[in-house]
Amino acid sequence: MKVIVDLDKCQDHGQCVFAAPKVFSLNAEGHLEFVAEPGESEREAVEDAADVCPVQAISLEG
Amino acid sequence: MQRVVIIGASLGGLRSAESLRSSGFTGEIVVIGDEPHMPYNRPPLSKDALKGDLSHEAVAFRVRANASDVQWWLGHPAVSSDLGSRTVTLANGDVITFDGLIAATGLRPRRLDLPGPAADAVAGRHTLRTLEDAQRLRAQLEPGSRVVILGAGFIGCEVAATVSALGCYATCVAIDPLPMVAALGTELAAEVKRRHEAHGTRFRLSTGIESFLGTDRITGVRLGTGEELEADVVVEAIGSVCNTEWLEGNDLDLTNGVLTDNALRLLTTSGEAFERVYAVGDIARFPNPLFDEVPRRIEHWSIPTDTGRRAAPLMAAALGTDHDAFEAAASVPFTPMPAFWSDQYDLRLQAFGIPSIADTATLLEGSLDGELVMGYLRHDVLVGVTAIGMTKQVAAYRSTIGQPIASLEETTS
Repeated sequence: MKVIVDLDKCQDHGQCVFAAPKVFSLNAEGHLEFVAEPGESEREAVEDAADVCPVQAISLEG
Repeated sequence: MQRVVIIGASLGGLRSAESLRSSGFTGEIVVIGDEPHMPYNRPPLSKDALKGDLSHEAVAFRVRANASDVQWWLGHPAVSSDLGSRTVTLANGDVITFDGLIAATGLRPRRLDLPGPAADAVAGRHTLRTLEDAQRLRAQLEPGSRVVILGAGFIGCEVAATVSALGCYATCVAIDPLPMVAALGTELAAEVKRRHEAHGTRFRLSTGIESFLGTDRITGVRLGTGEELEADVVVEAIGSVCNTEWLEGNDLDLTNGVLTDNALRLLTTSGEAFERVYAVGDIARFPNPLFDEVPRRIEHWSIPTDTGRRAAPLMAAALGTDHDAFEAAASVPFTPMPAFWSDQYDLRLQAFGIPSIADTATLLEGSLDGELVMGYLRHDVLVGVTAIGMTKQVAAYRSTIGQPIASLEETTS
């Protein structure tokens, strides 16, 4: 599974961090960081994160 | 085969359909909506999309793969329903039967019924709810256009900021003394007003409007104070009306949305729950024990997803053969955390909880003239936080909502 974030769209709302804390985080400056290829056990959490992104910047591949 | 009908093809309807599949429901799912489009994201319509790409593709929601067999009947408003005999009647006369029903019909903008040109975009009177609304508004915005926005809530203020960025002159008129004051409290609302004014938005507050000026096309508005404002375009952002007319005649409490229990099942006026009829999204008025037992509607973007994911598994359980499964799922209290954001000029406002039920506001971090986190308290319990900037800091407060302020100090010190 590959996580893709459209960084042109991403505005660091951080909703994904609540949905999938093992995959998404905000760094000290408040900007998004994420694990690009998380394990299969994170699939449902990443789906949730994609759902709750206010600007719909997250997608999954594979 | 069992059939669940979802009335409303926006975010709440979509999440309900997806969640029914995730919950193991294998029957038929039919989503019926009045708009011609597949579900799309509305918040960008008053923000970036209004400045740029207003195609459906640019704002369409992704649909989960597990919902690929859902039927979408688009462009079909529901006009009535008989929950006892389990039918919904559509505007074209079709009657569809259901085993389970989810009401997800959302809101429409409230209009002002005042003298002047007709309430029509052709006459320069706009609202902003649908993609077509945004496209019609965009088509009339030119650099130098004088835009009068009626209402100074979140949408009104976002529109003011967005049209200013397009080179228009924005004036917000509102009956409230300050913009967004119900949500922000007096202190923060005054500060946000100051920042809007620094960017060129004008305000006419504590006044309503008396009439629209012009004959076929709007030329201005006359305020309650007697002042006349010239306008090329007027945007009415004075709140919403719930689309619940199609539920009338079923002995429901439709005074403000539709009253449900904490399981989101529709309640009769005598308090009995319909076993297989749920409401989600903006129209659902439900108690949230995170705050208290008062049923409230919450018009935040997070709520259609949260309520869809509450209603659908319960529906799947209720339609199954194991009645204990429903009881077990419903006994877990539903306590969604309201979350919203608003982008206005360079301001990023983010909030969690329900600041409007607070009795006091207190600055938790930062300073009023810079980035900040404001806390909202009711009887010393934190019921909401709002931030300007400080994305990371405000996130840390999210889990402390519903707790006494004393424990909050322990958490953050």
